Amino acid sequence: MTAPHMCTRLARCLSASLLSDMRTRLQKRSAMFFCSRVSCLIAFALLSGVDIVPAGAEPVTKEQMQSLDEQVQEIKSDVLGIAAELNGLEEKLLYPSSTQVAVFVSLGEGEAFRLDSVQLQIDGVPVAHYIYSFKELEALQKGGVQRIYTGNISTGEHQLEISVAGKSSGGKEIAATESFSIRKDVEPKLVAITLAGQGSGDALIQLGGW
Amino acid sequence: MLALGTRCCLIAAAVLLPAGSAMGVEPEDPFFREALYHAFQERYFEALERLDTEIRQHYGVDEPELDSLYPHIDHAEFSVGDFELYYRMHHRAGRAIQAVLNGNVEEPVRNKAAFRLAKIHFQKNQPRDALLALDEINGQVPEEIRGDVNFLRANIYLATGRPADAVDVLEDLTNSKDLGGFSRYNLGIALLQDGRQEEAIRELDRAGQVVASDRAALAIRDKSNLVLGALQLEASEFGSAQLSLDRVRLESPFSNEALLLSGWADVSAENFERALVPWSILAERESTDAAVHEAMLALPFAYSQLKVHGRAAVLYGQAVNAFGDELEKVNASIERIRIGNFLEALTREEIRQDKDWVVHLRSLPEAPETFYLLTLMASHDFQTALQNYLDLEDLRSKLVTWQRSLDSFEDIIALRRAYYEPLLPEIDRQFRKLDAQARLRQEQRKHVDQRLQQMLIMPNSDALATSAERRLAVRLEQLASELQNLNDPESEALRRRLSRLRGALTWNVETQYHQRLTEAHEHLRELNEDMEILTARYDAFVRARQAATHSFVGYEIPINRLHVRVGEALERLELLMAQQGYLLESVAIDELTGRRERLEAYQNQARFAFADSYDRAAKAQAR
Repeated sequence: MTAPHMCTRLARCLSASLLSDMRTRLQKRSAMFFCSRVSCLIAFALLSGVDIVPAGAEPVTKEQMQSLDEQVQEIKSDVLGIAAELNGLEEKLLYPSSTQVAVFVSLGEGEAFRLDSVQLQIDGVPVAHYIYSFKELEALQKGGVQRIYTGNISTGEHQLEISVAGKSSGGKEIAATESFSIRKDVEPKLVAITLAGQGSGDALIQLGGW
Repeated sequence: MLALGTRCCLIAAAVLLPAGSAMGVEPEDPFFREALYHAFQERYFEALERLDTEIRQHYGVDEPELDSLYPHIDHAEFSVGDFELYYRMHHRAGRAIQAVLNGNVEEPVRNKAAFRLAKIHFQKNQPRDALLALDEINGQVPEEIRGDVNFLRANIYLATGRPADAVDVLEDLTNSKDLGGFSRYNLGIALLQDGRQEEAIRELDRAGQVVASDRAALAIRDKSNLVLGALQLEASEFGSAQLSLDRVRLESPFSNEALLLSGWADVSAENFERALVPWSILAERESTDAAVHEAMLALPFAYSQLKVHGRAAVLYGQAVNAFGDELEKVNASIERIRIGNFLEALTREEIRQDKDWVVHLRSLPEAPETFYLLTLMASHDFQTALQNYLDLEDLRSKLVTWQRSLDSFEDIIALRRAYYEPLLPEIDRQFRKLDAQARLRQEQRKHVDQRLQQMLIMPNSDALATSAERRLAVRLEQLASELQNLNDPESEALRRRLSRLRGALTWNVETQYHQRLTEAHEHLRELNEDMEILTARYDAFVRARQAATHSFVGYEIPINRLHVRVGEALERLELLMAQQGYLLESVAIDELTGRRERLEAYQNQARFAFADSYDRAAKAQAR
């Protein structure tokens, strides 16, 4: 790197124009600052979330940080393990498979309509009302599926009513309500709702299973 | 202001990571897609939690090939590795991907795994291991990662001091649609590191003129122009340096540096008047930035060179005051950090909701501890430590919530036990009674069925007689037996009548045999239907009965175990948070102390300069 040469050059240039001791101090400071700045600039671009470790960091701090980072990774792993066990327990305790019903919401492929909210009623009882943030909507548009409701129903036939509100890509209000009959058997019931904006002010609500 | 390299890589990461290759497809598995839903929102803990469970269940089922995850299992395994990587769990991510590499997988899958592993090593600052992982890539490389593989290879070469090799790789990437701007910039840096300054300047010039619209590409273009300007300034090409620096957008994160250098370029060309323009703009900007501080001294310096000593004195005076204000802020920040306010501020909910909140934090008058957070974020170590601290805080709040959930579970179980336990003995007694009846009826049905089946082979008309007919037959038999020993004419007539009646009975049974057999089968079918309903109800009852027991029995051990695990994790986590927090505070205080020293030096210089300019202005006025 040619930064030292750059400092010398700039220092020479500046010293010629500075008239007092004070200015010499300013020039030295500025040149050094400039020098360190330019050397800072020379870093290659990365396409990852972490930069190359900067040179000149305190070795002790670096080691401490690495050690802590490793401990953080370990505890993350432990907590994930606890979460898995807790989820299993929760499912067994609160949503046994014989009565479990889970409702998932997704958007049709390439859907650009803005989903604002979804409401669910099972047998006339409101069970879920969800208002979507921008990030959530984006996640749905990318193909993510939201589990909007997990609950319990008895085996047999049930009525599921879905109400959707949103805006079409053209800014037109979209609202729709559809009722479907679902059958709960002994195994967990997974209900898939796929939504699409038709641009006519209606939303298309499709029901399926997984 | 963020260090340029760090800021640049952050922008690149923001654009490229969420849409990573493992997340591009829509698998037909709700739980996998649910994991993706979380991952797309950068909620990697939830994504991992969901997908880990799903994969574990997939391998636990008897026939995995019937599972909806089966066609996507490789994709899911990769995604787990990716999520772990994004969640900064490099160790686990590395192990997961190494497991894929060690498995019997197809060449493209293997190559993808090797690429991911190389990325992990590189991010862990192990470039040589990263290169070894890349060397495992051979044969068919999937199209979607081909450019990324080469880009990573070039970065590894640069990190290991092999710029000439990096140049060879990057030259082929400059036309890439996604990587073009980055590749050209890196090519410029590689050429520079290889001592080929002229070529480096040419490449950076090209990188500084690419047509761009997205934030990452614009940022790398600005950075190219900034570096190019600095190099041209060094080579005393002041005019070219000006042109390059002028191409940096004023709203760019690199604009402060560009404005500062632009002024220095003018000063170097002894064009002090022109230097006033960029430095005047810069001196008005956010006063926490080091470039702005420098401009606050440089601007009056330029005026003094133009012999405008009065204006210079005023500006030096303003600089003294500004540095004084800034010093107060720094001191207040250090003080607030020392009493623990910094860590509290870092865990504010707003930081997680909106990354730009870090920028807003410095404008909060009641929170001086966070004025310099944005500046501190320039350090990669600080960023990692901060992210770890935030992750730990997130885990802590989860664990605390879970602890409460476990308490609630215990309450639920106690309530269920109190409800069911007194009821179940009586229910069981009634059930046993009904169970005995049901079994009896089932046996009876089975017996009838067997007899009917037998009659298809060996007709048995007696078996199809009605109960009235059977009673009649018995009565006729009794009467016949009573008449057996009587020989009078009346008895003889009665015997004949009995015989006719028996004949009539037999006639009916025999002539109606087929019809009766058909009816019997029909009745059996009807009975079957009833038996099915009975069986379904029986099964439903058994399930409900089991569910009642399962709703409160068998939870004690797992809940106690989880209580212990959560408690231990919480204890470890709090200790770790304290250590991580201390580290963050130390880094912040070190950084701010350095800043304070710099500001004090600036302030002293400004004071001297103010006095000098004031004298000169006074002398000029006297003349």
